[in-house]
Amino acid sequence: MSLTPDRPSVPGSTGGTGVPLLRATGLRKAFGELEVLKGVDLQVRRGKVLVLIGPSGSGKTTVLRSLNALTPPDSGVIELDGDRVDFGADVAPRARAAERARLRDASGMVFQHYNLFPHKTVLENVIEGPVVVQRRPRDAAIADAEALLARVGLESKRDVYPFQLSGGQQQRVGIVRALALKPKLLLFDEPTSALDPEIVGDVLSIMSELAHEDWTMVVVTHELSFAREVADEVAFLDGGVVVERGAPADLFTAPREPRTREFLNRLLRPLD
Amino acid sequence: MDWQLAWDSLGPIVRGAVLGTVPLALISFALGLVLALGIALARISKVRVLSAAARFVISVVRGTPLLVQLFVIFYGLPSLGLTIPPWPSAVIAFSINVGGYGAEIIRAAILSVPAGQWEAGYTVSMSRSLTLRRIILPQAARVSVPPLSNTFISLVKDTSLASLILVTELFREAQKIAAFSQEFMLLYIEAAVVYWVICLGLSAVQGRLEKRLDRYVAHT
Repeated sequence: MSLTPDRPSVPGSTGGTGVPLLRATGLRKAFGELEVLKGVDLQVRRGKVLVLIGPSGSGKTTVLRSLNALTPPDSGVIELDGDRVDFGADVAPRARAAERARLRDASGMVFQHYNLFPHKTVLENVIEGPVVVQRRPRDAAIADAEALLARVGLESKRDVYPFQLSGGQQQRVGIVRALALKPKLLLFDEPTSALDPEIVGDVLSIMSELAHEDWTMVVVTHELSFAREVADEVAFLDGGVVVERGAPADLFTAPREPRTREFLNRLLRPLD
Repeated sequence: MDWQLAWDSLGPIVRGAVLGTVPLALISFALGLVLALGIALARISKVRVLSAAARFVISVVRGTPLLVQLFVIFYGLPSLGLTIPPWPSAVIAFSINVGGYGAEIIRAAILSVPAGQWEAGYTVSMSRSLTLRRIILPQAARVSVPPLSNTFISLVKDTSLASLILVTELFREAQKIAAFSQEFMLLYIEAAVVYWVICLGLSAVQGRLEKRLDRYVAHT
């Protein structure tokens, strides 16, 4: 099985410059007194990769978690493949739960700390969503899962429990679990931050394969080399706003904003 | 020591255990667990009325003696026109008791599961209730087995209180024979031994259950 998303419309049909798959407008979020997002706009076209960078506390993870309503914004609009959710609108609780569920149905997420289900085997982790929620035939889901596990080199681990895996292996299962849902959008929340440096590359190379296979991805990461090589667009967040966004070639070589420059300098030359 | 009496009384006492104590404990525990889960979910619910009601039930159950609860149901309710026979009275009182104590155990167990597990459930498109059932409760079960086993073992011993509302069970059989034979020491020690044997069996079951539920946890 290819990792390519099997959707009727892959890039080209809607055009790389057509309507964005994802558009977020005016995302605002406060935790008590603390304003974490102060009006964030972003969009991702189908098959493209958006990488969010920024100092810790900049709001980048909150933005990502807004996109599937794990952290519902206080206000703002998210449009995902034609489905529009207005978080500021006054909606009955049941309808609100339904629209959040739709956002989650359309996306898959990879967590910093993997969050695999510890009481389920690798295979069970992967087929849980497809079988239990999407009601796909169990045999087909297992076949897909095995193919995906083989792609990330974990076919021999299908019947072990997560605690028997290394961090890098767990994260690969996390990626496969998200892929198995066949989502329109893949969200990555600092997927390599909890990994030992020598295995970060394994996970990043799988992610860059996915990017080349036309998955639409939003990635929060500190791995600037990944952003530079894989991203179609990079957004730099600071203080709850998008300070600057652009193609990685532009943003990394000629940042317009002083704050961006300062951040990049600190990350690229930490010992200066 | 009257070995003949010890032997002869063993039959009725064991029968009291098999027909009274054990089914009373099993049925009350099963019903009590269902109740406990309901109260625990109400307790952590965001709906204020529910969590307040759950807190109230837990407080009353834990704050009043089981014997008094038993007497209120069996001797008290008839004055309100509600007469419940001994066995059902005992089952009601014991289930509510397990419900109150079990609710706090289950609540703590649910809260002990990391928030990331809820989120992971949501991101594979599960609803809150599906995540609770398939992701959270199985993990909470592992955590709650030791304390719930404690509750169950306490319950087995507490069923002896049912003898005071005329339920035929282990201790009441022992009492009857003791009164008749005047061999109080012998009969009560014998009753104690039978309770102990039952609880030894339960501890063994608990050990196996824990081992089974621990299969997915790293042992360092």
